[in-house]
Amino acid sequence: MDPIAKYISQKISKTRWRPISPALLQRPEVFATGSWDNESNRVSIWSVGDHGVSNTDSEFDEEPQLLCDSQHDGDVMDLQFLDQDRLVSASSSGAVTIFKLQPDCQSLSLAHVWERAHWYSCDNAPCTAVVCRSPEVVSVGEDGRVILYKADQTEVVRVIENADSSTIHAVTFLRTTEVLTVNSIGQLKMWDFRQQSDSPAQILSLTGGRVPLHCVDKHPNQQHIVATGGQDGMLYIWDVRQGNTPFSLIEAHSAEMWEVHFHPSNPNHLFTCSEDGSLLHWETTSGSDMSTLLQRGWNSRVVSHSAVPLAGEDDSVVSAWLAGDSSKNRLEATHMLPNQTLSVNSLDVLEQCLVCGTDGEAVYVHRQVPV
Amino acid sequence: MEEVDVEPSTTLIPGAGFHQKHLGFEWGPGDLLVYETNYKLQGPRSASSPSVHVVRRDEDICSPILRKLFNESHLIFVGLQKIKEDVPSKNKKSQFVSISKNYRSVIRACMEELQQNAGKRSPDTHHVSILLAIELIWNLCEVLFIDAAPAGSLLLHLLDWVRLHKSDVDTRAREVLQSDSPAQHQSYWDVPAGTQTLTEFDVKWRHWHEECDRCLQDNTFASNRHLETICKILVGDEDTLLEQRELLSTWYHFLVTRLLFTHPTIKPPDLHYYAQSSMNMFLGPRASPEPLDIILLSAFEFDLHQVIKDCSIALNNWWFVAHLTDLLDHCKLLQSHNLQCVSHIRSSYLSYMHVCVSLWQLAVDYFDHCPEFGRVYLELQIERVPLDTERKAIKVLRICEDRQMSEQVRSICKIMAKRALRNNRLGSALSWSIRAKDAAFATLISERFLQDYSNKGFFTDLDLLDNLGPAMLLSDRLTFLGKYREFHRLYGEKRFSEAARLLLSLMTAKIAPRSLWMTLLTDALPLLEQKEVIFSVDQTYELMSCLEDCFSSVFQDEDIESTKTELLRLALARNLAMAIVKEGTIET
Repeated sequence: MDPIAKYISQKISKTRWRPISPALLQRPEVFATGSWDNESNRVSIWSVGDHGVSNTDSEFDEEPQLLCDSQHDGDVMDLQFLDQDRLVSASSSGAVTIFKLQPDCQSLSLAHVWERAHWYSCDNAPCTAVVCRSPEVVSVGEDGRVILYKADQTEVVRVIENADSSTIHAVTFLRTTEVLTVNSIGQLKMWDFRQQSDSPAQILSLTGGRVPLHCVDKHPNQQHIVATGGQDGMLYIWDVRQGNTPFSLIEAHSAEMWEVHFHPSNPNHLFTCSEDGSLLHWETTSGSDMSTLLQRGWNSRVVSHSAVPLAGEDDSVVSAWLAGDSSKNRLEATHMLPNQTLSVNSLDVLEQCLVCGTDGEAVYVHRQVPV
Repeated sequence: MEEVDVEPSTTLIPGAGFHQKHLGFEWGPGDLLVYETNYKLQGPRSASSPSVHVVRRDEDICSPILRKLFNESHLIFVGLQKIKEDVPSKNKKSQFVSISKNYRSVIRACMEELQQNAGKRSPDTHHVSILLAIELIWNLCEVLFIDAAPAGSLLLHLLDWVRLHKSDVDTRAREVLQSDSPAQHQSYWDVPAGTQTLTEFDVKWRHWHEECDRCLQDNTFASNRHLETICKILVGDEDTLLEQRELLSTWYHFLVTRLLFTHPTIKPPDLHYYAQSSMNMFLGPRASPEPLDIILLSAFEFDLHQVIKDCSIALNNWWFVAHLTDLLDHCKLLQSHNLQCVSHIRSSYLSYMHVCVSLWQLAVDYFDHCPEFGRVYLELQIERVPLDTERKAIKVLRICEDRQMSEQVRSICKIMAKRALRNNRLGSALSWSIRAKDAAFATLISERFLQDYSNKGFFTDLDLLDNLGPAMLLSDRLTFLGKYREFHRLYGEKRFSEAARLLLSLMTAKIAPRSLWMTLLTDALPLLEQKEVIFSVDQTYELMSCLEDCFSSVFQDEDIESTKTELLRLALARNLAMAIVKEGTIET
């Protein structure tokens, strides 16, 4: 089934599904988009799904409809839902903003803004990424700062100055007090907010390479497995417990990889999108053959990892990502978009629904992703 | 040079030109800058307003619906360019027809949306009528040129064309005709689509036509006026047809109807006789043809060049002309002298699109397929895209790198590196220089690092310096920086002999800048004063010679330096002594 395309007359930098309450067994229906490179940028809320019209022409039912939107100062560099009603955005002006969405989705208003959270003394420093774990919000920017906020407090909780001498492109929570950042010299840095010092708890990087990394995502169940993507379009899978090199390197795209996401409920599926205009769905088949799972990694660049699971870990929990052989069809990639578009800047996946946005000003929604 | 048909319209600029001040102006990519000059025709001089006015065309290129048109058609355009040359022509024709239909459906979607929003904004109705005209012309071109319908099906296609644009008329006409049509006319509507040859059909049709004519002559329908009218129409009597002018609201509808009843097997070359005469008959002697009519007439005359030319002038819409000519070019319908035309049209489209600054990414694909000057324009254009964020710069760089535009890559990286340097982001600045392989800038940044080190006494941005990797080799100064940092690290890890070796190599390999030699030698002091002998005899001799080199060439401020030199000389001498003893001792 092909995804539905909707042209929304603004270049889309981020698309995010609104979280669904676990109590109600709903399909994801509402998503947010942020625009960039416009004279006036907007954060918009869309709905896709039954509009209460029973129509044989089901195609048009499914087209996303705009519910509400709000002006946004500067490019939307990142967008995350804090909870069902609140949305956090990172701006190219250096501001971090919380938007409030009315329960009936009829309006979007500004709840709080931290102006110039990221700054230079004589210029604007874009805030490049933001990540939430309610009520905490962490943002990173081109100024190399890592900032911790609490959603209900007006003052910033903590600033790590000079966290990085180069631009930090993405951030993700590892544990409740730990975040992982990636920067433009190809390093992953782990920060522990419980520590007083402003230096990272751990630094991982590719030896011999300085490929800028643009995105990072953590495995939903296993905290130590992290996927990153960067300028060369390769997908790197890391085990943060085990030192300095990525576990697997997979050739994914022919240009910068902008976002990588593990599927939140079915982590054997991974999605990546790239500047080359493609969106790939990666599936690792963790078959019943447990022994093959314990084979050595994808390619010869993997230096060392144990062939047996670490002591104390359940066999079945060993992730298929850390083992397996890509040449034996254990990793399959499928293109999700029918033809090549301009850069796909963002994607989000929830349950069986996928939404992505492109520089061709189109949003694609796929509601029957095979996961 | 085309003559101007209409009077140019005046635009009033509020706040400028008072007191008979002369205005100066400067063209921009999509707009005009206007300012007041000091020059005044008469009267005393007075201060002029300091403001500069930006004047933009009224047409809202950035209107959301037009943007949709641009984006959707861009996708189709790119797909069209990818059609390979070696596919057999029959398959290609069907591909081209489907691409043409895609373009038209995009136009129609835009039109529908504009019509839905109509009433809220008046410029939209203007756009709707332009889009209607565009779709009409495009459809006709598709039928006549791209699909190149042969004699039998030509009329069918034209019927469809007219029906599509005058659907309400058609239903009424059908009602009128079918309610009274006798059974024998049923067979007429079952026009064979390929089941019979053209001649067979022609024969049958003539036979039927003669029968109708005979009915008329015999006054079979004299009793019923309606039936008689219908019979006259079926025979193709022009006067009767003209009487139905309100039903046929346009001359081309009249043309197609006329052909339907008189020449259903019309061949394409014969079309223009009927077109011209139909237009004259329909419009009558008083009315003069509108630009749209002239364009359609040129199409019926198969004068493609004229169609394009008239479209460019009459419809102020480069989008249409650019995409249509591109499609026709792919169908190999444009002759060589038209190619310049194509190039010009495409450049005009690009400057038209430029008004909406966000569309710079779309423009790149068009530049790529602009013959002759596309590359040059792209090079000029891409350097002028404002770089507000690193992410945008990365996208621009990707475009340049994919096209081997190394000059532009270097200049963009330089801009980003300079900006980073200004904001004291040395790591970012170095990253950008490394990407551009800009040795000179890398040297500059290394100097900054070293300066910082001299001032503060320690290195900043260790995460960067410790991880330079092979990029270190970009510039000598950078290599030195990396190695020097490594020396400090080795010292910190108490790996003294390695540190010593490194330090020495830094001096003897001459990658250390002279100004820092003293610092390096001073760094050697703690190593010399260790209890254990670290520098060997040979190494000590080398250090000594370095010191003498320094002393002779670098020093100006003798007092301070001479103390240090004395200390060093002493330490070196002591080390030499201990080293000679150590190396001379035989272990037993």
